[in-house]
Amino acid sequence: MRILLTLLVKEFKQIFRNRLMLPIIFVIPVVQMILLTYAASLEMKGISMAVVDQDYSQASRLLVSRFEGSPFFEISLTTSDYQEAVRELTRDRVDVILHMPHEFEKRLYSEKETDLQLVVNAINATEAGLVNAYCTRILFDYNTQVRAEWFGLEGAGRLTTLEMIPRYWYNPLLDYKIYMFSGILVIIVTMIGMLLTALNLVREKEMGTTEQINVTPIRKYQFLMAKLIPFMVIALFELAFGLVIGRLLFGLPIEGSLGLLFLFTCIYLFVVLGIGLFLSTISNTQQQLMFLAFFFMITFILMSGVFTPAESMPLWAQKINLVNPVAYFMKVIRMILLKGSGFRDISREFFSLCFYAMVILTLAITNYRKTT
Amino acid sequence: MVDQEHIIEVKEMVKKFGSFTANDRLTFHVEKGEIFGFLGANGAGKTTAIRILCGLSYPTSGEIMVAGHDVYREREKIKQKIGYMSQKFSLYEDLTVSENIRLYAGIYGLGRKQIASREEQLLERLGLWHIRNRLIREIPLGWKQKLAFSVAIFHQPAIVFLDEPTGGVDPVARRQFWEMIHDATEEGITVFVTTHYMDEAEYCDRVSIMVDGRIDALDTPALLKQQFESKNMNEVFLKLARR
Repeated sequence: MRILLTLLVKEFKQIFRNRLMLPIIFVIPVVQMILLTYAASLEMKGISMAVVDQDYSQASRLLVSRFEGSPFFEISLTTSDYQEAVRELTRDRVDVILHMPHEFEKRLYSEKETDLQLVVNAINATEAGLVNAYCTRILFDYNTQVRAEWFGLEGAGRLTTLEMIPRYWYNPLLDYKIYMFSGILVIIVTMIGMLLTALNLVREKEMGTTEQINVTPIRKYQFLMAKLIPFMVIALFELAFGLVIGRLLFGLPIEGSLGLLFLFTCIYLFVVLGIGLFLSTISNTQQQLMFLAFFFMITFILMSGVFTPAESMPLWAQKINLVNPVAYFMKVIRMILLKGSGFRDISREFFSLCFYAMVILTLAITNYRKTT
Repeated sequence: MVDQEHIIEVKEMVKKFGSFTANDRLTFHVEKGEIFGFLGANGAGKTTAIRILCGLSYPTSGEIMVAGHDVYREREKIKQKIGYMSQKFSLYEDLTVSENIRLYAGIYGLGRKQIASREEQLLERLGLWHIRNRLIREIPLGWKQKLAFSVAIFHQPAIVFLDEPTGGVDPVARRQFWEMIHDATEEGITVFVTTHYMDEAEYCDRVSIMVDGRIDALDTPALLKQQFESKNMNEVFLKLARR
């Protein structure tokens, strides 16, 4: 125990003597939290629309005014030339074309139905889906209005419609930022913890000081724990720091128990820092390590469900996520923060990670070689 | 089985890296309390041998006992009883003089009071008390080497292994360094030292000379000079290397 303490004193001194360390702990995460939360938002605002109006009727103008009134759309072009609108779409200047053909209004009256065309740029499929959904919603409202105004109550009454008014649980305002923020917090805690831990040990290998350590009677687990604990403390601090920022800047809700969240994070950090240590036992240079670490981190993070829910991934991908610690944490942090889940709700994830931690730490310790 | 006076006993030690034989059936012993010089050109296999004796590297075959323990089965016990100073400078550059001493003393399990009093004694003796709070990277190489040696014997090991300890320093500093080595033997520490400075061989009680992974000569400097009809160790070495 005294030996571990001696080593911890050494590690903490070295960490805080590194001049880049404070910016890494304080500045970089804040920048990421703010930048990524706003940037990665999936809310659509200012979708730019080209209107091709070949009818110039009251009906077509009414529809256009509907889009103008929406905060989501900006009409950037109004023309009667369909080709011109298509050219704008190809140049990526507009996201969607609304095309109302000749006799739009006339057919609406005489035939009680009419055609219009909506062309959506679907290079980004998610975005296209959202644009389509917004457009459909506006067209639906327009439809109802037209019916009420032109055919009177009689017309509207004849066609009863069922309307659904959803209530969104756990995020009633559908605030995308609090969902994003919790995800980004996971990424930051993971990256800082794993990279710093792994780099630290490999750096000692590069400097040659590990050889001096290996010739002492120090136990392997003592040495590796002394490498792990400081970064665990830093990562936990990062989580606390991030929660404060999230609360102040984005009104991040903390529905569940903070104690539970920190307990779970501890177990989680044993896993990811353990992976970092394991990677550093198999690499000899910081360069090798960076390649390995980035491979794992990027795969883990992108599969974890930070942007898209992991549940909507194909089954095989969800199977892979069984060994992805980030996926567990991504799920649990949102359950605790946004839903207020208790220990029983997350116990499966909790015990899985406990097991994972034991396996990976054992691997790291046995794989560290005092004798070659 | 082990002779009480033989603190290191090596029989037929072989170390191979693939098809290359770095140590070819080395057989020698080191007596308790002596300064044993391990000489040889660069690449002769000195570092390989010293790393095996310290438990940093596995031998391919051979019987090796260090401080009464077997290097195959009791490496961790050996490590408690030895000190090691490598040719690569191995104190922590971003810790101070005092922090380095306390770190290694702590690793060997010395008590806090014991560390404090011995540290003061040591730094006073070396004349480094005034720089105890300076970072290692800020102090000159000669001081660093003295300090690295002092740290290697701070826990009073039975044997200290020095792998080319005087590389890159001036003759005055080297001389001072060898005085420190002598002082250590007076405290009962056995010294196992590799070097390629032949003048340093004169300070050793016995020397072995390695050529291409084999030990070609082993005796006291005086007897070696006699045997090879040479004025100094440098000539002995050149004659051996040309054979």
